[in-house]
Amino acid sequence: MAPISTRISSTPRLMAAPSGFTASLERLAWMAGSLFALAVFWQIIAVYADSRYLPTPLAVFDVLLREGANGNLWKDTSATLARVAVAFVVSMFIGATIGIFLGRYRTADKFFDAWLILFLNLPALVTITLCYIWFGLTDAAAITAVALNKIPNVAVNMREGARSLSKDLDEMAVIYKFGWWKTLRHVTLPQLAPFFAAAARSGLSLVWKIVLVVEAFGRSSGVGYRLSIAFQEFDVSTILAYALAFILVVQIIEFAVLQPLQERVTAWRR
Amino acid sequence: MNGVNRSLPIRVDVRSKVFPAVGDRPPQLVLKDVAFEVAPRSFLVITGPSGCGKSTLLNIIAGLDTDFSGSVDLGPAKDKLTFIFQSPRLLPWRTVYENIALVLPEGDPRHAQIPDMIERVGLRDAMNAYPERLSLGMQRRASLARGFIVEPQILLMDEPFVSLDDPTAISLRALLTELWHRHPTTVIFVTHDRAEAIQLGTRILRLAPGKASVAQDVTINLTEAQRHDQAAILAEQNRIFAA
Repeated sequence: MAPISTRISSTPRLMAAPSGFTASLERLAWMAGSLFALAVFWQIIAVYADSRYLPTPLAVFDVLLREGANGNLWKDTSATLARVAVAFVVSMFIGATIGIFLGRYRTADKFFDAWLILFLNLPALVTITLCYIWFGLTDAAAITAVALNKIPNVAVNMREGARSLSKDLDEMAVIYKFGWWKTLRHVTLPQLAPFFAAAARSGLSLVWKIVLVVEAFGRSSGVGYRLSIAFQEFDVSTILAYALAFILVVQIIEFAVLQPLQERVTAWRR
Repeated sequence: MNGVNRSLPIRVDVRSKVFPAVGDRPPQLVLKDVAFEVAPRSFLVITGPSGCGKSTLLNIIAGLDTDFSGSVDLGPAKDKLTFIFQSPRLLPWRTVYENIALVLPEGDPRHAQIPDMIERVGLRDAMNAYPERLSLGMQRRASLARGFIVEPQILLMDEPFVSLDDPTAISLRALLTELWHRHPTTVIFVTHDRAEAIQLGTRILRLAPGKASVAQDVTINLTEAQRHDQAAILAEQNRIFAA
């Protein structure tokens, strides 16, 4: 029975060009299957361990429903999302500006390269504590701390993009008198778009992790705050429930916003 | 007034052009005492072996390279200059149509002529395709259409038909001749292909290898009919290049 279906589905033509919908459906099926296997594995270990520090998946799901019903889940998740959004936009904007500048001006790059390396290697915990000490326990300090962690990353990515800008296309723009705005919009930015998309995707995953730390340290709302409370009570179910909820949210943003965006900016490729 | 403007020749006088030293390589003199005038609406072909400074000279005339001693006077037509590069230099993230439309200011009446121009270069079916999905020959056609849509008074071309197969190169040369007759403009065309030089040009400027200066400046005496005759081209080629 198996060989027949294998032979049919592995016809080269079908393998080479599955329709987009079928392909994503297949990927989704694989994902669901593998996550289900992980849950089963977790359930077995949890039942075997029989400890309040390792709740079963079902117990965690119960906590998720409870927190959803009493409103904490939505309140804290949206508070965290708002911080992620602001920190993300700020660090993408500033990081891209710095990166493009350094990519285009050799001397500036030589001078600021050391600064960039310094900030790239500065531990997140140091910027967070310093920001809170210097600016107080405020949202502004929290977002500054997150942005300071992310900006060097974006800058390095965008610098690479700006270095590889085509001189040929620049000359073309000069000959046809594009002017600075047309050149930026139709010549420069499209070349930087893939670098920007890559920086955005790696940026989101980094930013939300740091936001949680910042919240645990010095905010009284958000998923990070909720986790720190749960830590004090050794409430593992709540920790896992909030972690899962947030992973889900970030994945939805990834699939619904960032991936389509990346596909759109690279649609012209062969 | 326009007629007066167009009757002024282009004056090129490059005393010297030196490429600065890079690493262990010493500075290199690329052009020395290259001076000539180009009459309006003539078709000048600059030819010579690889590395004799042809492309550098064209970049200087175009104003892309300003690091030389000497002068270039394009006259009042200098704002209507177009450069068709050796590689097509289309924006890969814009379609053929968009690439052509982008070189015209917004609201310019010439936008209406784009479909006709695309038709004339034989790209009607590829109008909305991205350049990377097209063959090099088709990209070159798009680049020609883009160059002609701005109705230049000075047209610089740097080996625009190199590394194409013969039939494609022949059809593109015919297309260039047709566009040039329809819209007369002063052309400076760089090539190392002697037959191409004779078939297209009204005058040939040969740069000497190594010496980086003008070796020969001759007028081509061919009628339009003779330009389609292999024997006539060969005879003219022998007359000019035998020297």
